[in-house]
Amino acid sequence: MSQTLHAITVLGHDRPGIIAETTERLAGLGLNLEDSTMTLLRGHFAMMLVGSGTASDTEIAAALEPLTTDGTLSVTVREVPVEDAPAAAGTPWVLTVHGGDRAGIVSAVVAEVARVGGNITDLTTRLAGDLYLLIAEIDLPLDVDQAGLDVAIREVAGGLGVGASLRPVETDEL
Amino acid sequence: MSLLDDPVARWTELDLGVAGRVLDVVRAPDPVLSTPTSAVDPTSPEVVQLAADLVATMRVSPGCVGLAAPQVGVSSMVFCVDVSQHPKVRDHHGTFVLVNAEVVSSSRNEKGREGCMSVPDLTGDVKRASRLVVTGHLPGTGERVEVEANAFEARALQHEIDHCAGLLFLDRVAGAHAVYARQTYL
Repeated sequence: MSQTLHAITVLGHDRPGIIAETTERLAGLGLNLEDSTMTLLRGHFAMMLVGSGTASDTEIAAALEPLTTDGTLSVTVREVPVEDAPAAAGTPWVLTVHGGDRAGIVSAVVAEVARVGGNITDLTTRLAGDLYLLIAEIDLPLDVDQAGLDVAIREVAGGLGVGASLRPVETDEL
Repeated sequence: MSLLDDPVARWTELDLGVAGRVLDVVRAPDPVLSTPTSAVDPTSPEVVQLAADLVATMRVSPGCVGLAAPQVGVSSMVFCVDVSQHPKVRDHHGTFVLVNAEVVSSSRNEKGREGCMSVPDLTGDVKRASRLVVTGHLPGTGERVEVEANAFEARALQHEIDHCAGLLFLDRVAGAHAVYARQTYL
């Protein structure tokens, strides 16, 4: 049978053992976990997995169905095409935005990144007391005016009453 | 330079001649923390009092190895440092306050996890120079001094100089997964 790739999400009330139970059931289907990420979002469990194997979406969903029976977790399964990640033809940057919490901070700032064709490759936001924090890793096309983008981001952030800084990723080649 | 010859190592807050007051520490997102400070007169009575207040506030704050004026709500280029009691410390200059400090040279970047009294709920991985030369003025006399710092003291100095530039450690973290929730603050 041919190998297919499946994207799986598990979301809901956190408790010990969710990852162990999920991965045990996937291993039972012979699914190979190729990528995964898990975090707690305001205390809610959130996990995304991409796995390959010969099982179908239906079989995977059936195997994970026991996770959902008490109603505290939801699971989705969807076959996705195999996509080879292209080599980045840009430069890596880190964007930090922090300030008083209000709606619209993320959308306004990342719109500036999108406007110049920048691609966000990783993003986290945190709310700690009154402090809202966004940190994004960004690939910027080689021809982007980086100083101009920095100014544009600072202007948008300033209009929202938050601070922003854009800086290149430092890589130590060993 | 031996410690006896080093005016920074010799300095204590008693040199200021005024008693420090314990001030409230400002937390992000207070805008004073994101505002670059201006240079001030290190001999002015206000700066001398501020220096004493910073040291007094640092002293009563568990685990605190440095405190910058913006952290007590004052937008001035003044901070205090004392890493002498910290387990990570190597050599150090004891307690001192620098006014109008600037980095002269830095090298040997190393990553370390930092916290901040003004960001009590988060910590983050930040790359900082572990060899550092800083100039500034001592409060009171206004004497211009040069501090050669390394390792943890160098990190503390850069963290405080950043505060004076309106930057938090959050503006220096290595990436999207380099910030961590702190469960308890010391």
